[in-house]
Amino acid sequence: MQTIFTKAMARNVFLGGAGFFLIAYLALSYDTWQQIPKRDHANLITPAVAEGKYLVDTNDCMGCHTINGEGAYYAPELDVSYKTYGPAFIRAWMMSQPTGAPGRRQMPNFHFTQDQLTDVIAYLQWVGNINTNGWPPNKQG
Amino acid sequence: MQFKSQAVAKPYFIAALGLFIGQIILGLLAGFEYINGTALFPYLHFNMARMSHTNLLVVWLLMSFMGAAYFVVPDEAQTELYSPKLALATFWIFLIAGALTILGYLTMSYSHLAAATYNALWPTMGRGYLEQPLPTKIGIVLVMLAFLFNLTMTIIRGRKTTIGVLLVASMWGVALLYLPAFYFPVDTVKDSYSWWWIVHGWVEGDWELVPASLVGYIMLKTTGVDREVVDKWIYIIGAMAFMSGFLGIGHHYYYIGAPAYWLWIGSIFSALEPVPFLLLIVFAFTTIRNRRRDHPNKAALLWVQGETIMAFLGAGVLGFIITLAPVQYYAHGTNLTAAHGHLAFFGAYVMISLATISYAMPILRGREANSIAAQRWEMTGFWVMCVSMLVIASALAAAGLVTIFLQRYTANPLPFMEVQQKEAVFFWIREIAGLGFFTGLLIYLRSFFVKGGYNYAAYAQQAMSTR
Ligand code: HEM
Ligand code: HEM
Ligand SMILES: [Fe+2]
Repeated sequence: MQTIFTKAMARNVFLGGAGFFLIAYLALSYDTWQQIPKRDHANLITPAVAEGKYLVDTNDCMGCHTINGEGAYYAPELDVSYKTYGPAFIRAWMMSQPTGAPGRRQMPNFHFTQDQLTDVIAYLQWVGNINTNGWPPNKQG
Repeated sequence: MQFKSQAVAKPYFIAALGLFIGQIILGLLAGFEYINGTALFPYLHFNMARMSHTNLLVVWLLMSFMGAAYFVVPDEAQTELYSPKLALATFWIFLIAGALTILGYLTMSYSHLAAATYNALWPTMGRGYLEQPLPTKIGIVLVMLAFLFNLTMTIIRGRKTTIGVLLVASMWGVALLYLPAFYFPVDTVKDSYSWWWIVHGWVEGDWELVPASLVGYIMLKTTGVDREVVDKWIYIIGAMAFMSGFLGIGHHYYYIGAPAYWLWIGSIFSALEPVPFLLLIVFAFTTIRNRRRDHPNKAALLWVQGETIMAFLGAGVLGFIITLAPVQYYAHGTNLTAAHGHLAFFGAYVMISLATISYAMPILRGREANSIAAQRWEMTGFWVMCVSMLVIASALAAAGLVTIFLQRYTANPLPFMEVQQKEAVFFWIREIAGLGFFTGLLIYLRSFFVKGGYNYAAYAQQAMSTR
């Protein structure tokens, strides 16, 4: 490391390596960007789905739950909720929170209107249909 | 301290430690809600505690990075800071904006906070680590710009060393990589894909230059190693970090809706991500072994050595364990992730902050090193915090494994909440170890209140008499 390998060489490896892999990443990302709308059925993002996402974000659902494995680990995965439980159950569930069962983790009541609940459910349905390379392993998420 | 203006680092370090206390208290509250979901629920929902915990972490780490930069850059550039006044002004703006934001998290529901800050005008709220309302996000950018202007002007006027330039460059990276926080597409896959530019881009890319250059700086100052050698190490560590980490981001793209080629690219390149952390260990330990002088600040050297080991365990070992695509298939979004997140953040970024504070604070207080008694408190705090964090990470990893085997890698998967109840013992262990961590933090903080500097004469005498 002392003499043969000079500081200038080390710096060139650093700059060259960073530049090369940055370009590689950008090229791959460009390709990914073209593919995402097909994989997630972006054409099915209706105003209801978009509004549902806004409600999911501004009520910090991912502060307790995961969606596609991202978020917090306090509460179940939401990617599978539509397929596992269906729209009627989700609506009833959201309206009946919190359970108040002693000691059990509680979910707040967000006081959504019926229309807002419809939007949230539309979003969860859309999320559940994204091609995630076969994840999660089963319907429990 | 050679330059008067380095003193602006001091309020940054003190505030960072104050926010660290807050982070741990909120972590303890969030951890408590894992074992009892009803006691705190009327006052503090889990997500409020969690976002305060993670946001305080990010804010105090940024505070300490800024403090470190204000301390190191004038010294490296051999000139006074461009504007100490600006540095103090941004300090107060950052601290007050940060405190108000956390208060917002803790006192109102998130949707109220969103409405009160006009989130609908330009939605940005609702993503992990980026929960800040729009005004705070804009404030962060403005503070970063002022900070970068100050540092860059200092470097331009002064000597351009590798350590100084890379530290400033990495701070530019922090700011640039934060900008996607303003891009929040409705398309969830694009949203996640770009969210990782910030999170992965910070911790497994840009930020890695921070420990590399700060370990380098402390080695330079305490061991008498040649600058040339340090510079080479920093470049090589940085090169390995970027060459593995830029495509290693693919380990987050496996199962979020991105194309399948990321399974291969992410696995191959992220498997190399431990290399820079291993090199950091070799760098620190060989440099300390070959040192040409003994520095009286033993605590700072302990922090540096500990930081390289713990960063390797958290990022290198635990990160590697979960990073290959077939493993991620079962581990994705379990408490194994949290185990890794805790140990890696603590080892790589908390400990480099505490190492820098350990080296710089005595100097900022007008002495080369603290008294032996103070260092003893500090080193006790070091051990208690490190051991507690290892227990926290182990408990979370155990919980994650239970999830994998009962909920995912099984023919008869159980529902999430049922599995969580079976993990209760591990959440108890995490909470108790968390209290241990908090105790360690208090012991560490106690060291700042032991008066007096390092007494060379007394130390020499003691060394003679025990020979
Ligand atoms: C100091 C460096 C690192 C830090 C601070 C860090 C921190 C984190 C954090 C906090 C998360 C969770 C993000 C979230 O909230 O969803 C995460 C996820 C992850 N990290 Fe790291 N990490 C580091 C280095 C590494 C390395 C070197 C590897 C691989 C060898 C790695 C592999 C992973 C993987 C695979 C995930 C995704 C886990 C999942 O989605 O379940 N990390 N990291
Ligand atoms: C007393 C010690 C601590 C306790 C009890 C604690 C507790 C918690 C809890 C309950 C969560 C939420 C996990 C979830 O989403 O379900 C969390 C997340 C997190 N904490 Fe801590 N924490 C502690 C210390 C720390 C420290 C010292 C750090 C930084 C080094 C840290 C960094 C994080 C990070 C990065 C996350 C997000 C993890 C992820 O998404 O994977 N925590 N912590
Ligand atoms: Fe990553």
